[in-house]
This record gives sequence, structure tokens and C-alpha cells, in this order.
Amino acid sequence: MSEPLVQVRDLKVHFPVKGGLLGRTRGTVRAVDGVSFDVARGETLGLVGESGCGKSTLGRAVLRLLEPTSGSIRVAGRELTGLSQRELRPLRRQMQLVFQDPYASLNPRMTVEDILAEPFAIHGLAKGQAREDEVLALLDAMGLPREARSRYPHEFSGGQRQRIGIARAIALRPDLVVADEPISALDVSIQAQIVNLLVDLQRERGLTYVFIAHDLKIVEYVSTRVAVMYLGRIVEVAPSRALYAGPRHPYTQALLSAVPVPDPERPRARLLLPGEPPSPLSPPAGCAFHPRCPHAMERCRRESPPLYPLGGGHAAACFLAEGDSRDVPADSTSGGGAGVLAQPSSPG
Amino acid sequence: MTGAVAPLLDVRGLVTQLSLPRGTVRAVDGVSFTVPPGGTLGVVGESGCGKSLTALSVMGLVPQPPGRVVGGEVRFKGEDLLALPEKEMRRVRGRHVAMVFQEPMTSLNPVFTVGEQIGEGVRLHLGATKAQARERAVEMLRQVGIPAPGERVDAYPHQLSGGMRQRVMIAMALACDPALLIADEPTTALDVTIQAQILELLKRLQVERNMAVMLITHDLGVVAGSCDVVAVMYAGRIVEQAPVRELFARPAHPYTAGLLRSIPSLHDAGSAGEGGRQRLKAIPGMVPSLTALPSGCAFRDRCDRASELCARVTPVLEPKRGGQSAACHHPVPAP
Repeated sequence: MSEPLVQVRDLKVHFPVKGGLLGRTRGTVRAVDGVSFDVARGETLGLVGESGCGKSTLGRAVLRLLEPTSGSIRVAGRELTGLSQRELRPLRRQMQLVFQDPYASLNPRMTVEDILAEPFAIHGLAKGQAREDEVLALLDAMGLPREARSRYPHEFSGGQRQRIGIARAIALRPDLVVADEPISALDVSIQAQIVNLLVDLQRERGLTYVFIAHDLKIVEYVSTRVAVMYLGRIVEVAPSRALYAGPRHPYTQALLSAVPVPDPERPRARLLLPGEPPSPLSPPAGCAFHPRCPHAMERCRRESPPLYPLGGGHAAACFLAEGDSRDVPADSTSGGGAGVLAQPSSPG
Repeated sequence: MTGAVAPLLDVRGLVTQLSLPRGTVRAVDGVSFTVPPGGTLGVVGESGCGKSLTALSVMGLVPQPPGRVVGGEVRFKGEDLLALPEKEMRRVRGRHVAMVFQEPMTSLNPVFTVGEQIGEGVRLHLGATKAQARERAVEMLRQVGIPAPGERVDAYPHQLSGGMRQRVMIAMALACDPALLIADEPTTALDVTIQAQILELLKRLQVERNMAVMLITHDLGVVAGSCDVVAVMYAGRIVEQAPVRELFARPAHPYTAGLLRSIPSLHDAGSAGEGGRQRLKAIPGMVPSLTALPSGCAFRDRCDRASELCARVTPVLEPKRGGQSAACHHPVPAP
């Protein structure tokens, strides 16, 4: 098996919370709190969880757009933590971000041609006619008319703007694209177009995706593997099909049963979770999910469960899964046990 | 729904205009529907289809300018609300017809406690004293599942989470026991586990009170689980209306069928990530701007069934089969 494109080990991103007149630090938000995972070349890792679970922070930290507090991020074998912004710049063309809101992320005063030519200019690539050809090729690949190049972002619909955002991200043929809620701002009839575009681009260009979303139906559709986050940690990770067919963590089970399914014949056997996610400023002791968990035991209030490997690339951070554990747990504090964090086999 | 029961809400030929810089458009263009007592009508559509403006028109809350209701009737218990002077409308609004909005933070007043805001309608419409209103507010907070209602009644909106605020909005809307609740994307801003809680809560309160609900949403999944009858809107018009089972099993309008096809179903074989690589069946093109609608059927540019007739004659909503109506010259045949 070839080396994973992305290897994240025990990544932590903590934000100090300042308050009061003197701006003293009053606490710490552990937005990402000890996360380890791999992403194989050409696969899509889906990252799901509710708002505040740390999925967007994690996505940005992997690209070093946010400063990690501790831990290791390797992309294509190169350690990214500790590099200065200057050292990072040449690596940036290998890893790109697609934003949720394509309007806020496109400069309103630049034409589409300027927007798409900018990455080439920054990295000193494809000058003159060659650069122009690259821009036209990008427009073609996005299904946008070539006349679009002389127009401004506000002249486009949401779906078209997202196509421009994607074009900019893939302009320099990156290996890794982190897509942060790329379709949630779009209308239902447009979402499928953008998902199809992303899937086509992945196939044509061998892209590797980290796909962050809260829509579990779309995540299942696009992902090779899915990681579920709760309060800064991965609570379950598995190949997409295994996760949706047999979720092992009670949170994943509740999340899946809460998805509104467009089928009135389907019985609504909902596992209704009580309460709401706790504040990441003061997470509960032990397993962070225990106050809402229907199966919480005494032990859950004291100890935080590690990710137990369950075979076939499936792992869950729940004591109920401990009995089925196949291996040493992928304890996030040791950074070991990476076997379960990788894909079980190369994607098809 | 039998025809014998007189509808609680009977909207006929509603037309609401918006004055935009590029001209005046009919953002709601001849919309008709009914809601029976205790029933649930779902109104689905994408942004700009006119679903929220339809709700605001029923409530008499269309911002003017730029909006104006220029035609039709909104009969509530037989009385045309559009003909009522504003003073009379205030007697109805909040008392008999209440509304819940998408974003609770912008619809709650930040400088009053939630108890004061829930109690306001009770004092205004039912003549309750301050003490009675407070008591009612505590009772409503308890009914919508807010823990420690006796303390939360004195909380300000910013002290509550998004899910709690939406519960407060529902408590506020239901405090006077309205016969009809209009809920405009009540769960869109919420996380999926909280969304499930709120939908369950609405269902329970509706049954307990035999209250009618008009649920406006873009999410077909929400509609499938909550509604008796569904109206699908596109470019200001209802393009299909049907009992919920028929709509999902045998959509007649190509737009409805296209929307349903474009959503991947949960735990479906052949996902893109695992080698199945079936493409999603997207609807081509985009929602047309109301200032540049095509002639005839507004959907025809995106429709694979469109003919020359669709460009000439705007289809009207008419019965197609078993309680199902569609505004289409070439409806999708039942499978």
C-alpha cells in the first residue's frame, strides 16, 4: 500500500478565550482536541458533525490556514507543522480549499479571468498566452461559457460562483482539496450539479478530497470513508458503506436516525437525542457525549474512550465497542495505532 | 382530506408583486390552496420561488414597499383577511394565525426577557394581567420542553442556544392557542439532531391542540415526515399539489420528479465514493430570475419533456390523477 497523501496525528487546535478589561485569558476552546487520521491518494474522506464540532477548524488546520496548537500534519510525506508561511508558500499549490460561500470568497472587483489567473501569477506559472489558455481550459472544465471570463462575480448565480471557486482551487492541479460545506449555500436543484462536477474532477485529475459537510446524504454519496466528529474529536470513522449500514457510536446512530428522509413510507423510528451539544469551552468530563447518550455508564463519566479498531477500517470511540476491539486502540495521546485510521484497501 | 370539511384557510388566486430596480415582478403569481382544520400543508421550493412571500401575504406582513398584495383572497374561517383593515388584522394575527420564522435570533427582541415576549400576546389578545401572562409564559416554556421554565422565563434571548430560541419562538406563537401556525423554515438554521427535536415537538403540539400547520421548507425530507398535503412552488406558482404519499411515489410535474431524483437517498447502493460512481441526476440549468422568465412554462428551459406548446401556453394547475394536481402539459406518467 502506498503512503497516504495526508497523515494527521494527535492534532490539537486550541483557541484562548479572552475577556474583561485587561483581555486576560479566561479559558480555552478545544476546537480540535487530539485528532488522528489518514487520507489515501484519490479517496474522499467525509468529515461530518454538527456546528461547533470542530470540522471546519480541522479542515483549515490541515492546510495550515490555522495554526495548530500541537500534533503532526504530513502531506505527501512532508511535515507541515513548524514551517514558516514563506516555507509553506510553494507547498500551497498542492493543497487548496473550496469555501462554503462562493460569493464571500471571490473578490467582487476582479473579473473571472483575473480570479482564475491569480494562482498562476502568485506561483509564477504559465505566462502570457499559456496562462490565458489555462483559464479557458478551466472554464471549459467547469461547464462555464468562455465569455464568463470578462464578467464579475456578482453577475453569476450561486451555483456558477461555486464553479468559479472550484476552478480557482484546482487551477494549479493540487493533490489535496479540502471542500468546506461546498454545497450548503446552494439550492437543492443546483447541489447535485456541483457534486457531480466535484466527482468528475476527482476522477479526471486524481484529486484527493476532504469533504466537510453536515448533509449526511451527500457525504455518504461522495465519500470513500467518513469520520464523525463530536466536540473536537473523531468519535467514529469507517468506510462510507460500513458507517451508514452499521454505525457503532451512539452519536452516529442518533445523527443518522435524525436525517429527514424524503420518503413518507419510511417509518420514522427516530432515536431522539435529548439536550444539545455542550460548549467546547467546558466539555463534560469523561466521554464528551455521555450527558446525551442513552447508553451512558458510570465509566463514561470518568474516562474518555479511545478509538477502538473494529476491523475493516471501522473504529469507534465508545466503551460499548471495546469488546469487539481487534487491536490496540488507536489512542490519540500516543499517536499510534494508525492502522485503523487508514483505509482498509485502496479505493476502487 | 375529505371535501366535506370546510377549510380553515382558503387561499384563492393570490398575487403579490415586488417592485425591483429592474421592474415589477409577480413574486407570487396566482397561488391557490387550502388548509383543513388540524391538517398540515407543506410548501416546498427553492429560494425565490415565492413560498415565504406567500406566507407573509397570508399574515398581512408583506413589507410595503417593495411588496404589495394585488389580487386574490385569503379566507380564514370564511373571512377574507386581505379585506380587513390593519387594526382588525392585528386582532387575528398572533391570536388566530401565528407564525414562526427561520432565524429566531432576528425575530426575538434582544432587550426583553423571553417571558415578557411570550406574555405580550397573551396580555394583548386575551387581556391577561401581568401575573397571568407570566404564568402562561412559564407554562408555555414547559410545554415546549425548556428545562427549568420558572428560571428561563427571565432569560434574555442571547442567553439561549439556537435550539432553545426556536422553542421560545414556538412558545410565543402558540401562547394564544392559534388555529393555524405558519412555520417558515423553522428548522433550517438548526443542527440535524436539534431539527429532529423541534419537528417532533411541533408534531406533538399540533396533535394536542388540533392545530393546522402550514410548513414552509426547502427540504423534501422534512416535508415527507411532517405533512399531509404538499404544494411545490416554482417561480411564483404552485406547479404541483398532492397528498404526500402520491407526491413522493408518483410525482407528476417534471420539476418535482427532478428534485426527488437529484437527492441521494441515505444508505443507497452505488455511491460515488465506493466505486459505484452513479452520477446524481441533476436538474440542468438554474432557477430563472423573475425579471427574465421564459414565455409559457417557467420551467421549460430546464425540462426534458418540454415541447413547443410549453413555450406558447402557460400550463395551469389542474387535476391529473387521484387528488394530484400539476401545472404541466406533459406530466410524468405514473410508474
